[in-house]
Amino acid sequence: MKLKSILAIALLAMTAATGTLADTTKVGFVYVGPVGDGGWTYEHDKGREAVVAAFGDKVETMYVESVPEGPDAERVMTDMALKGADLIFTTSFGYMDQTINVAAKFPNVKFEHATGYKQSDNVSVYSARFYEGRAVQGHIAGHMTKSNIVGYIGSFPIPEVIRGINAAYIHAKAVNPDVQFKIIWAYTWFDPTKEADAAKVLIEQGADVVLQHTDSTAPQAAAQAAGNVITFGQASDMAAYGPKPRVSSIIDNWGPYYIARTQAVMDGTWASTSTWDGIGAGMVGIGEITSAVPADVKASAEALRDSLADGSYHAFTGPLNKQDGSVWLKAGETAADYAGPEGLAEMGFYLEGLDSEVPN
Amino acid sequence: MLRLEKRPNPSKMWGYLAPVLAVIATMIGGGVMFALLGKDPFEAIRTIFYDPLFSEFAWYYRPQLLIKGAPLILIAIGLSMGFRAGIWNIGAEGQYIIGAICGAGAALAVYPFDSALIFPVMILCGAIGGFAWAMIPAILKTKFGTNEILVSLMLVYVAEQLLASMSLGLMKNPEGFGFPGSRNLQQYASAHNAELWAGSGIHLGVVFALIAVIFSYIMLARHQMGFHIRLTGESPKAAKFAGVNPNKLVIYCLGFSGALAGLAGMFEVAGPSGQISIDFNVGYGFTAIIVAFLGRLNPFGIMLAGLLMALTYIGGEIAQSSLGLPSAAIQAFQGMLLFFILALDMLTNFKIKLVNAEVRT
Repeated sequence: MKLKSILAIALLAMTAATGTLADTTKVGFVYVGPVGDGGWTYEHDKGREAVVAAFGDKVETMYVESVPEGPDAERVMTDMALKGADLIFTTSFGYMDQTINVAAKFPNVKFEHATGYKQSDNVSVYSARFYEGRAVQGHIAGHMTKSNIVGYIGSFPIPEVIRGINAAYIHAKAVNPDVQFKIIWAYTWFDPTKEADAAKVLIEQGADVVLQHTDSTAPQAAAQAAGNVITFGQASDMAAYGPKPRVSSIIDNWGPYYIARTQAVMDGTWASTSTWDGIGAGMVGIGEITSAVPADVKASAEALRDSLADGSYHAFTGPLNKQDGSVWLKAGETAADYAGPEGLAEMGFYLEGLDSEVPN
Repeated sequence: MLRLEKRPNPSKMWGYLAPVLAVIATMIGGGVMFALLGKDPFEAIRTIFYDPLFSEFAWYYRPQLLIKGAPLILIAIGLSMGFRAGIWNIGAEGQYIIGAICGAGAALAVYPFDSALIFPVMILCGAIGGFAWAMIPAILKTKFGTNEILVSLMLVYVAEQLLASMSLGLMKNPEGFGFPGSRNLQQYASAHNAELWAGSGIHLGVVFALIAVIFSYIMLARHQMGFHIRLTGESPKAAKFAGVNPNKLVIYCLGFSGALAGLAGMFEVAGPSGQISIDFNVGYGFTAIIVAFLGRLNPFGIMLAGLLMALTYIGGEIAQSSLGLPSAAIQAFQGMLLFFILALDMLTNFKIKLVNAEVRT
């Protein structure tokens, strides 16, 4: 009798538990910046909103913003897992080891880490091929510059940023052999003051195109103040600065991926994967090319975008030499994603023609 | 009409009462703010102050209080010495960074060599690193009369640049696929500042914080240096008369706070954080200034204040994820705490008097 009632209670508890599980899927998001930064975190939060819009009350999302990379991130993730999150997106490279640590403690919770390289049974990694967008930017920049000087605000000299510089440079040079790149490292992802200073210095040095790998609109404002300078939106569209200085943009679009991964958790089909999607899959968006760009340049830029999207063209297609003149890719050869220091994932070198050095 | 009248001696009662009242005032002020944001103020306050200690998952949060509080306490104890004597080290954040770089550097230099000696050497290097960084404003002040507030603060930014350079260059993990950041010391047994008891949150840094509290209490109460510090703070003239050497005091106070901040950085990088990365520092050095004042520059007060501050961080994060409060609201809430403590501090030194307007005319 006693055993029977215990079993009955256990059964009740189990149905209750699975009942709530079936009802809502809890998805947590850990953000490195404030959701109002208008850039990186803002776009991840738009991805979260897309999940809410897609699943309605079948899903419950939670997020914590401005989480420092380190033990605080580990605590926030653990807190979410304890609260019953089924899926947690950790949206900054610096959360990598913390994600792996927490995931090991919660084998039933699925984790998705952005821009990292450490996977495990319940940790997937995902990132976007932003360099495809950079190729389009470089193409437009090469056509548009009159001074033949293109300014570039780098954040940190890491593979992601170096890939972007290389992609932009070779596509600018392809349409304008005289083009020169001036690169300033801001050593920040988001700092309007430093970004504005960097933009001003570049403009003073003669740049009439400023590309940025930092997230604030400060360079756009600096370009607007300077007059005849064009810029590109970064991470989000920054359309408020169009049609000039902002002539196009690279938009991070995480929504479709977040929806697909949430769906996979709901269906029980989630598996640990490594995703690196570009324009084709919609993870990288090219913002509208404005009227400040001549129609023929706009058309050729869109053709380039479409060829990257359908895979008929790779942004790194040989012949390409490294800065020191040694051969990187032979004619017709395309860059491999993972090939040690020679591959795109670890790219730490400039290509031939860039006259500055990668800082270290 | 209200008028402020200076007390001949600071009120002891208000000295104790002011921090408590400040916390209560913060709860009320914060509650109003949360209500304006459309959240239930009682639930928000409960989530921040009560949930980390007594909720279903308190077994996880309580140890986290120690992990978050230890560096704050360790740094604030050091700062409080100088603050008492009117020596303002605002650059603990920089000393914290340099301590971490030196401590981690000592380990990474001999990686993957295993030895029980590595960790003690790291502790030493961390303390020396923080000490040396604090000696720059100290020596500049004693030799050239520069302002230690400005110099120590500016050195924070220098330290941050050095940190970025280390993460991207010298200390970059050679197996890190070109990404910034050092090897993770959590995976290097000889260098790992592990919890002494699994799940307790107590690592060696927590033990050091406790020792620092007791040490500084004894020194202030019993040692001549403590007497000099107190005397200089209360009456610089009397201190000079009593033969206190102000230069020695500057060197001592900045050096002591620098060494403790360096230790805090070293324990953090070897334990909870694990690696040197560009964003390793998260503002402990600045928050510790608040902690020092919230704790009335008293060692045991600082210990309680550090834990309270840790509570607002951890509770604030819980409130973000479960109630959807924005992080800016949590920061404003912490700001209120400092505001109220400074405002109520006035009552320690001043009396409020009701003045009859007619009498005055």
